[in-house]
Amino acid sequence: MNKPIRRVSIFCLVLVLALMVRVNWVQGVQAEAWAGNSHNDRNKYDRYAHPRGNIIVAGGQPITRSDFVNGYRYKYKRAWVDGPLWAPVTGYSSQAFQTSQLEALSDGILSGSDSRLFFRNTLDMLTGKERQGGDVVTTLNPKAQKAAFDALGAKKGAAVAIDPRTGAILALVSTPSYDPGRFAGTGDEDAKAWNELHADPDKPMLNRALRETYPPGSTFKLVTAAAAFESGKYQNIEDVTDTPDRYVLPGTNVELKNASPDEPCGKATVKTAMDYSCNTVFGKIGAELGGEKMRAQAEKFGFNNPAVDVPIRASESYFPSKSSPDGTAMDSIGQHDTRATPLQMAMVAAAIANDGRLMAPYLVDEERASNLTTISKHSERQLSQAVSPATAQKLQQLMESVVQNGTGKNAKIDGLKVGGKTGTAQHGENNAGLPFAWFMSYAKAADGRQVAVAVVVEDGSSEREQISGGGLAAPIAKAVMKAALDR
Amino acid sequence: MSTFDLSSSQTGSEEPRRRRRETTTITPQGAPNRRNTELVLLAFAVLVPMLAYANVGLAMDQKLPSGMLGYGLGLGALAAVAHLVMRRFAPYADPLLLPLATLLNGLGLVMIWRLDKAGSLLRKNFAAAPNQLMWSGLGVALFIGVVILLKDHRILQRYTYISMVVALVLLAAPAFFPTRDEDFGAKIWIRFGSFSIQPGEFAKIILTVFFAGYLMVKRDALALASRRFMGLYLPRGRDLGPIIVVWLISILILVFETDLGTSFLFFGLFVVMLYVATERTSWIVFGLLMSISGAALVATSEPHVKTRIDAWLDPMAAFAPTPPKGSTEQIGQTLMAFGSGGTTGTGLGQGRSWLIQFAAKSDFILGSFGEELGLTGMMAIFVLYGLIVQRGLRTAVATRDPFGKLLAVGLSSAFALQVFVVAGGVTGLIPLTGMTMPFLAQGGSSLVANWALIAILLKISDSARRPAAEPVPAPVAEGLTEQNRGALS
Repeated sequence: MNKPIRRVSIFCLVLVLALMVRVNWVQGVQAEAWAGNSHNDRNKYDRYAHPRGNIIVAGGQPITRSDFVNGYRYKYKRAWVDGPLWAPVTGYSSQAFQTSQLEALSDGILSGSDSRLFFRNTLDMLTGKERQGGDVVTTLNPKAQKAAFDALGAKKGAAVAIDPRTGAILALVSTPSYDPGRFAGTGDEDAKAWNELHADPDKPMLNRALRETYPPGSTFKLVTAAAAFESGKYQNIEDVTDTPDRYVLPGTNVELKNASPDEPCGKATVKTAMDYSCNTVFGKIGAELGGEKMRAQAEKFGFNNPAVDVPIRASESYFPSKSSPDGTAMDSIGQHDTRATPLQMAMVAAAIANDGRLMAPYLVDEERASNLTTISKHSERQLSQAVSPATAQKLQQLMESVVQNGTGKNAKIDGLKVGGKTGTAQHGENNAGLPFAWFMSYAKAADGRQVAVAVVVEDGSSEREQISGGGLAAPIAKAVMKAALDR
Repeated sequence: MSTFDLSSSQTGSEEPRRRRRETTTITPQGAPNRRNTELVLLAFAVLVPMLAYANVGLAMDQKLPSGMLGYGLGLGALAAVAHLVMRRFAPYADPLLLPLATLLNGLGLVMIWRLDKAGSLLRKNFAAAPNQLMWSGLGVALFIGVVILLKDHRILQRYTYISMVVALVLLAAPAFFPTRDEDFGAKIWIRFGSFSIQPGEFAKIILTVFFAGYLMVKRDALALASRRFMGLYLPRGRDLGPIIVVWLISILILVFETDLGTSFLFFGLFVVMLYVATERTSWIVFGLLMSISGAALVATSEPHVKTRIDAWLDPMAAFAPTPPKGSTEQIGQTLMAFGSGGTTGTGLGQGRSWLIQFAAKSDFILGSFGEELGLTGMMAIFVLYGLIVQRGLRTAVATRDPFGKLLAVGLSSAFALQVFVVAGGVTGLIPLTGMTMPFLAQGGSSLVANWALIAILLKISDSARRPAAEPVPAPVAEGLTEQNRGALS
C-alpha cells in the first residue's frame, strides 16, 4: 500500500503548493490592486491615521488643519480655517465622502503616503517618530481671495485672478460656496450636510471658476480683435471698419443688433467699437475672417484644450471649428456655441497683459515634506505665444481705452494702469435666461507687478435691464485687482 | 521499517535485502524515541505564540498584556502535560505533530484575542479568547484521553460498523436543527441553547475509522475482481455499491445541509482511501467523474451553492450598489485584507482585518493572519499545515498493519483536504465553503476534534516506530493477504 500512499502524499503536497501559489498571487502579484481597491476602507482610515499635512497660501498661513479626534476608526479629522472662502481651491477631504480637488490631487503628499516620502517615512518608523503628512504650498493671495469672495457676496458667480508674468493663480473664488468642514466626518450630521449641499439648486459644490463654462459674451471680442490684428485685417486700433449701420448676418435675413441703436458702431474704428462693445463690428470681423482663423486664435489663448490642469482640471473652453458664417459671426462675439470658463477668460487677459505670452496657470507652487524639504517645485511654463507683442500692445490700448472711455469705467483704479472688457452674455432658449455679467481685466503697477482678472456673475439682478458686465462684474474685478496689488 | 508490508516491493529478489537493511538500521541501537526533540520543539511552539501575544499588546496598548503570564503558563501547562503523557504512553510517536498542533493552536488563540480587542469595530464582537482557551484545554484533555486509553489503534477496527452508524447520525443531525441568519444557509451545527457543536468535525474522524475498517476487509474484492478495459480496471457492478452510497450521502449533505465543504471532504476522503486500499487508479477516475457530475448537478439546482460560486467568480460584486441576492462582502474584504498585508504584513495588532466583520475569527481567520503577518506568515502557516499532513502520511508509510495505514492516510488526507478547502476558499482559489481552519479558527468542535485526530495519528505512529523487539500483534492472516496480493497483482 505504500506506493499509493506516496502518491497521496504528493497529491497533498500539490494541494499545499496550490495554496502557496495562490497566496503569492494574492499577496504578491495582486497585492497593490487589492490594497488600492476603491472598496478597501483601509485607505480611508490610513488617510486620517496620521496628522494630515496642510494646504498653505502665499505668505505662509495654512488654510487647513488636522484635528486630533482620536475616533474609533479615524484618529484625525480635516478642518478648514475658512471653509467657504477656500473650498474652490482645497476641495474637501471627508472621512465618509472621499476627497476632491487639491485634497485629492495632493493626497499622497498630504497623507504622507506618497512614494517620494518613502525614505522619510521609513526613517520616522525606525526612529519611532509619528508619521506626518507633507504640506502643499499654493500661489493664492489671501487678500485677493478675500476681496473677491466678499465682493461677490451673495451673488452667484466666480472670480479668477492670475499673475500674467508667471501664471500663478492669485485668487480662485466660486459663490455660493460651502464649508467642507460640515461633512468632514462620518456622522449623521455630516451625511445630512452632504445631502443638503447636493440637493441645493444653487449647486454650492460646483467650482464655477474652473468647472463651469459660460458664453463669454463681449469679453470674447478681444480674441476677435486679436485675430483681426494677427491676420493683418486691421493694422491699427484707429483703423476704420467697414461696418454698415445695419448688419445682417451672412446667409440669413437676421439683423445683428447692438446693445442700443444709438451707439456709434457704423464705420466705427476698432477702438470705438471696443469702447462701445459693438456687436456688429466684431460679428462682421469674425464672419469675414472665418471660423478656421477664429478657432486658431482662440486655441492660442487656451480654448479647445481638454487638459488645462492647475492641477485641478478645468473644464474645456470651447470655440467651434465648424459653424455657418452667421454662426461664426455670433461665435465671435462670445455667443452661440462659444463657451469659456472664468479661468479661460483670465488667461486671455493675462496673455494680453504679458505681451502675448500665455503662461500655464498653476495653483501649487511647492510640495514639501513635514520637515520642510521640497518634494516638488513648480517651474513656470509658457503655454503659447497667443499673439505677437505688437498685437498685444494694441489690445492693451483697446482694453485701457475701455476702462478710460468705454463700458469699463467702474474698474478704474488711481495709480494703476488698468485695462478691461465688459461682457453681458445672453443664454438660454431664445436668450430667455438672465444674462451673465462678465468682466475681464488686468492691472499693472508702476513697480512692474501685474494681475489679470476674470469675473462672472450669473444672477446679478432679477431685472434684465440692471444686468451689465460694467455694472455688476467690474467693481468686483476692481476690488480683486486692488487687493492683489496692495492698493 | 514496514517489515510486513510487501506490496511496495517491486520484485521478490529485492525483498530479503531490503528487509535486512531495515532491521539493521533500526533495531540495534534501540530506536531513539525522540521525546527530547519534541520537548525542544514544544518549547518553541509555546514561546512563539507568547511573543506574538506580547507583540499584539505592545502594538495595540503600548505595553505588555497583563494576561501574558497566565496565557503563557496556560499554554505551557497544556503542552507540558501533553508531553509528559506522550513520554509515558506513546514514547515512540512522531516528535513533530504535537509541537505543530500546539503552535497553530497558540497562534490561533493570539489572533482571536487580538480580534477581541478590536472591540465594537468588529460587529457583534464578544470575547472569544477565554472560550477558545477553554476549548483548547478540552481538546488537549481529549488528546490525553485518547493517548492513554487507546492502547492500540487496531481496537478501533472492532467498531467499524458502529462507526458508520454514528457518523451517519452525526452527519444527518444538523439537517434537523434550525439555522440562524448568520449561517448563510449552511446547516452544519447542532444547537442546544447557546451551546453548539459542528458534528461534521467529529464525523470526519469517525467516518475515517469506518472507511479504514470497511476497506481493509473489502479491498481485495474491490481490487481484484475487475475487468480491464482501455487500460483501466473496471470494478464489478456490485463492488461499485459502496462508492455510490458514499457519493449519494455526500450529495445529500450538500442538498440538505448546503455544505459544499463537508460534502467535498467526505467524498474526496473516500476516493483517496479507496485508491490506497486497492491501488487502482480507476477509482480516482471514477471518483473524479462522480464528484464533477455531482457538483455540476447540485450547483445548477441549489441556489445556495450557485451563490457561492458566483461570489467566487466575482468577489467584488457584493460591493456593487445593488449587490446580487445573498451575496456577502466577506470574500472581497478578505482578499483586500490579504492585499493590504502584502509581503511582510502590517504587524500583529496593526491590521484592520475586523473589516471582514462576521466570522473574522472563525472561517476567515486566515485573512487576519494574511493582513498582519503578510505573505511571509501565510507561507509559514501553510508549511506548518503541510508538515502535519506529511508527518501523518509518513506514519501511514511506516505503519505495519493495513488498518493503521488506511486510518493514518485517511486522517492525514482529510486534514489536508480540509486545509485546502478552507484556505482555498478564503484566498479565492476555490468557492468558499463553511468549514474552519483546523487549530487556528475559533470553534470548539473543530479544535477538540482535531486534537483527537492528532492523538490517533500519534498512537499509530507510536506503534509503527516501536522497536521490533516488542512483539507486534500483527495478525498472520493479514500478512498472508498481503503476500497473496503481491503475487496476484
